[in-house]
Amino acid sequence: MAHGAGGKASRKLVEGLFIPLLAPQPSQLLGDAAQVQINGAPLAITTDSFVVKPLRFPGGSIGELAVNGTMNDLAVSGARGEALTVTFVLEEGLPTELLEAEVRAMAAAADRAGVAVVAGDTKVVEHGKADKMYITTTGIGEPLPGVKIDARSVRPGDKVILSGPIGDHGITILLARGDLDFEADLRSDTRCVLALVEAMAKEAAPGIRWMRDPTRGGVATSLNELARDCGLSIHVLEQELPVRDEVRGACELLGLDPLHIANEGQFLAVVAPEYADAALNALTLAEGGEDARIIGDVREQPAGAVLVITGYGASRIVDMLVGDPLPRIC
Amino acid sequence: MRFVDEFRDPEIITKAAAEVHRLVDPGRHYRFMEVCGGHTHAIYRFGLKDLLPENIELIHGPGCPVCVLPMGRIDDGLSLCQDSNVIFTAFGDMMRVPGTHGSPLEHKARGADVRIVYSPSDALNLARANPDRHVMFFAIGFETTAPSTALTLLRARVEGIKNFSVFCNHVTIIPAIRAILDSPDMRLDAFIGPGHVSTVIGCRPYEWICRNENKPIVVSGFEPLDMLQSIVMILRQLNAGEAKVENQYKRVVPWEGNRAALRAMAEVFQLRPYFEWRGLGFISQSALRIRDEFAEWDAEQRFQVPGVRVTDPRAAQCGEVLKGVLKPHQCKLFGRECTPEHPIGALMVSTEGSCAAYHSYEHRKQLLTNIQTAA
Amino acid sequence: MCLAIPGKIIELVAGNPNLGTVDVVGVRRKVDLGLLKDEMPKPGDWVLIHVGFAMSKISEEDAQEQMRTLAMLGEADQAMQEVRGYGMDDADGHEKPN
Repeated sequence: MAHGAGGKASRKLVEGLFIPLLAPQPSQLLGDAAQVQINGAPLAITTDSFVVKPLRFPGGSIGELAVNGTMNDLAVSGARGEALTVTFVLEEGLPTELLEAEVRAMAAAADRAGVAVVAGDTKVVEHGKADKMYITTTGIGEPLPGVKIDARSVRPGDKVILSGPIGDHGITILLARGDLDFEADLRSDTRCVLALVEAMAKEAAPGIRWMRDPTRGGVATSLNELARDCGLSIHVLEQELPVRDEVRGACELLGLDPLHIANEGQFLAVVAPEYADAALNALTLAEGGEDARIIGDVREQPAGAVLVITGYGASRIVDMLVGDPLPRIC
Repeated sequence: MRFVDEFRDPEIITKAAAEVHRLVDPGRHYRFMEVCGGHTHAIYRFGLKDLLPENIELIHGPGCPVCVLPMGRIDDGLSLCQDSNVIFTAFGDMMRVPGTHGSPLEHKARGADVRIVYSPSDALNLARANPDRHVMFFAIGFETTAPSTALTLLRARVEGIKNFSVFCNHVTIIPAIRAILDSPDMRLDAFIGPGHVSTVIGCRPYEWICRNENKPIVVSGFEPLDMLQSIVMILRQLNAGEAKVENQYKRVVPWEGNRAALRAMAEVFQLRPYFEWRGLGFISQSALRIRDEFAEWDAEQRFQVPGVRVTDPRAAQCGEVLKGVLKPHQCKLFGRECTPEHPIGALMVSTEGSCAAYHSYEHRKQLLTNIQTAA
Repeated sequence: MCLAIPGKIIELVAGNPNLGTVDVVGVRRKVDLGLLKDEMPKPGDWVLIHVGFAMSKISEEDAQEQMRTLAMLGEADQAMQEVRGYGMDDADGHEKPN
């Protein structure tokens, strides 16, 4: 189960099984989307499956996630999603209204994101062999002009930018499941971040070195992957991390770290220091980017690790998550 | 957050840390044990070691209920979830703790009905909602948690809810502290006392530590300023040649504890003659069992429990780490065979376990320090 | 060993004398107040919450006193130790004022 949670186990599965068998000579580092050339034309392509319980939750639903998630994977790879394909795996007996609601949600999300859904497929499996509905989307996109994403280009002194408050999606889902009996006025942050990425790229494209959308496993996992890929250290200033009160409250109650909680509408960017202000300004002026911050920078040491610096100058290492975040009492 | 944020104020933290530096005798090496795993976690999470002088060594104590639970108890509890009519419930903390045949989460992956609960009362609610199933709550915890289990059992009895039982692993902190102090290779100067346990038992039960062992103990809160203030209070006692119980966490801990909670515990539980602790062995009168009047709700009395005893892998030195004799990274398995992904001992599972905390928060920082010192 | 967090009681649950709704910066949950039955908390009181149970009533007075003590740390070295409420006088003054 831990293999899907986006942390260490997921990475082991990819690196230990999928890459050796499917792509023995990978041409690029693991990213959110792959770059391919077709008749000399560069394209970005990615695919993602969506399983979420409950299907609908405050602020969104599985259909919306399926569009935004794939668009975001393309966006943080420096590409504008142009077309999506969609596959539904449905459990027999699923009420048609549920399916229709999700198709409508997808249509609306695609419309907002400015992407066309161009092909689709549906499979129905026996009752009990799937949990209501799974959606897979594949997206292709065109590279944004002048944007080149490569963890190996990250240098000490680069700034780390975060687009907005963290943990909203993960905590919303945790509470929406109802097992914990907690209530809060929280909504998933699911959205397509392409417009924000474009706004930033317009002002700072040559300075953008790396981007990632910190979904499952949260900001800590994305930054740990970066630290490992670039062989440097990421220093995060705890006081600069935007976290909503309700997310903090839930995390304190449940013993969780907001850095490990999933997001569906945020992205991280590493930007060369001389472009950092321009990038941040562009983001904060764009709609939905008001809460963007520079949350830290890249240093040499401790190589391969993420260090969180407290407001009083102490520090701790923040690792990737092992499995899903579980509430704890001690 | 009220009562939280003010105790994380960076400016005052800096001042409190300076006060610690002012009070230490540079020629002396101090060894303070934080009894409670919550403090261990706080020390790493807040990076408190960065603020303390090098000659103050913090020794992690036995107060992590998940860590001290022997594997046999986990096996016994999990044996009950083989019955498809049983819903096995436990706190999230337990879910990755390895039993002989895997953790509760791995049992769930194989089809057992294993669920995380936030509260024992949620387990009871689950029993109300599933009258045809049996809901078993795998209870862990020290005196902070035991009253909640007790009250839940009292409510189950009042309402006559029969499809609910508790597999009781509640333990008591004082015998564990005694066992640590009795261990021959242990040298400690003072204790940072467990704040939340003390909301229930109060401060009096620690008086023997001062009287018999001549060591100060300061009952402490869990925010950075609480812990720094407690260390200041300990240093002041040591400098004045005193050894007494002090309560730093007055805003939460009444000196006499919580009598209603103690009554609920006494009504439902009695002391076991002895109980096995991982790493510490059998300690007499160190755990709670459910009284016979509540036998119907006691999973151990109601079901056949195999009574498994499993010895820890010989190479694993959980006991020495638990007693504070070894630092986590001094264990032969640390970071090699035993990691948070593949834990061998529970100390590597719980975020309060000193090994897991050390591995996630400190290990690489330490490596960095070594690199810098070498260079 | 036990994660416990301060929360404010915002209301008592109608029809169940043991339950109160607490708020932790916008997160709400019903908690069992039964362990505080000797001195039942009221709406507006702050309690320490552990596994869905209120364990202890938080004393604002003691919290403020602690903050005052902390703010004075190092500023008046020896005089400090005379200050009441620091805990130095626990042995005879442990009964809480409330």
